[in-house]
Amino acid sequence: MMMSAQAYGDKGKMKEYHYTGPVEHKFSPYAFNGGTVLAVAGEDFALVASDTRLSEGYSIHSRDSPKCYKLTDTTVIGCSGFHGDCLTLTKIIEARLKMYKHSNNKNMTSGAIAAMLSTILYGRRFFPYYVYNIIGGLDEEGRGAVYSFDPVGSYQRDTYKAGGSASAMLQPLLDNQIGFKNMENVEQVPLSLEKAVQLVKDVFISAAERDVYTGDALKICIITKEGVREEIVPLRKD
Amino acid sequence: MATVSVCQYHRGGFSFENCKRNALLEADINKLGFSSPAARKTGTTICGVVYKDGVVLGADTRATEGMVVADKNCSKIHYISPNVYCCGAGTAADTEMTTQIISSNLELHSLSTGRLPRVATANRMLKQMLFRYQGYIGAALVLGGVDCTGPHLYSIYPHGSTDKLPYVTMGSGSLAAMAVFEDRYRPNMEEEEAKRLVRDAIAAGIFNDLGSGSNIDLCVITKGKVDYLRPHDVANKKGVREDKIYGRPVTGNYRYKHGTTGVLAKTVTPLNLEVVEENVQTMDTS
Repeated sequence: MMMSAQAYGDKGKMKEYHYTGPVEHKFSPYAFNGGTVLAVAGEDFALVASDTRLSEGYSIHSRDSPKCYKLTDTTVIGCSGFHGDCLTLTKIIEARLKMYKHSNNKNMTSGAIAAMLSTILYGRRFFPYYVYNIIGGLDEEGRGAVYSFDPVGSYQRDTYKAGGSASAMLQPLLDNQIGFKNMENVEQVPLSLEKAVQLVKDVFISAAERDVYTGDALKICIITKEGVREEIVPLRKD
Repeated sequence: MATVSVCQYHRGGFSFENCKRNALLEADINKLGFSSPAARKTGTTICGVVYKDGVVLGADTRATEGMVVADKNCSKIHYISPNVYCCGAGTAADTEMTTQIISSNLELHSLSTGRLPRVATANRMLKQMLFRYQGYIGAALVLGGVDCTGPHLYSIYPHGSTDKLPYVTMGSGSLAAMAVFEDRYRPNMEEEEAKRLVRDAIAAGIFNDLGSGSNIDLCVITKGKVDYLRPHDVANKKGVREDKIYGRPVTGNYRYKHGTTGVLAKTVTPLNLEVVEENVQTMDTS
């Protein structure tokens, strides 16, 4: 009996090769460029942090492409997802800020920017901007504010939020350390600026360990009534 | 009158019946929105080089599950025989089991022939097994060793083809590593130069490929000696948080105090046990 390695089926007939004709590969207008953003709001400060790695597939495009963009002296936005849409969206927001300043003779507040961004994103409901946005800033009373968005414009005000590729790893840790979730008999001290910065650094170091898209460097934008200050911390480069 | 037989005779070779069923099941699952569990792949950069006295094999140490790192320090250089080692890329389970099976068979073969196994024998066994499974075993290997005929290096692909070359790279970081080899390889290198070359090739994969990372493992095989250097180079350490003022490492304190996990209820049920029978059985330790 002839031993053969043929695919077994159809009563011993030789199985046909799977040539179904020329295959058309659909063009995708989106790409995923990785990156993680994080924002924390305190009593009188806000932090927006992001890693600086820009990747695609298994390659790295750039090790120095931060995802935080300064909008005003009191507001910073973090955008991650498809880099092309991040750049276009931030250009549009900056143009709209200028238009508002010229017609209303004042700068936009954080809450106003958030509401505006929601309408901009929903305007593209049927061909969305592939961007995960988080706005961090100070509200009219000088208290920290964080607004988190989904790609089509749904938003809410938070105390802290992580977005981007490692968001699922960071969010539970923030829930525990800032929101004091799943802990009892703990003194619920409001977060100080030093502790918040330390927490953000530790959390990104851990994210870089396990998420391949996060690494290279971390840029933290610290927003206080004095303005916006930047801090850069190196992360794993592998 | 012909009888209808339910059981059809197995004609030899691997039966691929279930592959169609698996494909249908996978499509159904995806339609519902779930995804089937991904096999852990090693991402990986592996390479090997033949130098003056033997071969040097190198590998990174990251294992990924999708785009999440599953193991930060896994061992990708597998033992085949005292003079033959094999690096594995692709599905982690496949490389592990395949190399273990061939290692076991090669040991039996070596006892039967009474000789040290040859690299070509291991290559033949691996390629015949992988071809038999028609590429369904996702193991891409770099096989190297020194035997009575000299140093040899092979690359083995999942479908069963092999290449016998002086320098090879495999895995998602193979292009980065090959770029380094093509630049600096020359025949009959010294040991130190060969180790440096392999280390730099793996480092190129580690830093430029997202599927590879962590440390560099090396295995230097010469006639009569094997140096298994794990790790040869710790290229990436977990970030150390430094205190700006005193320069000493300062980490945030994340230790939970006693009582943080709330105890909601506590019941103690004493078990009333009494000794009924005692039996001592000595173990045979002769």
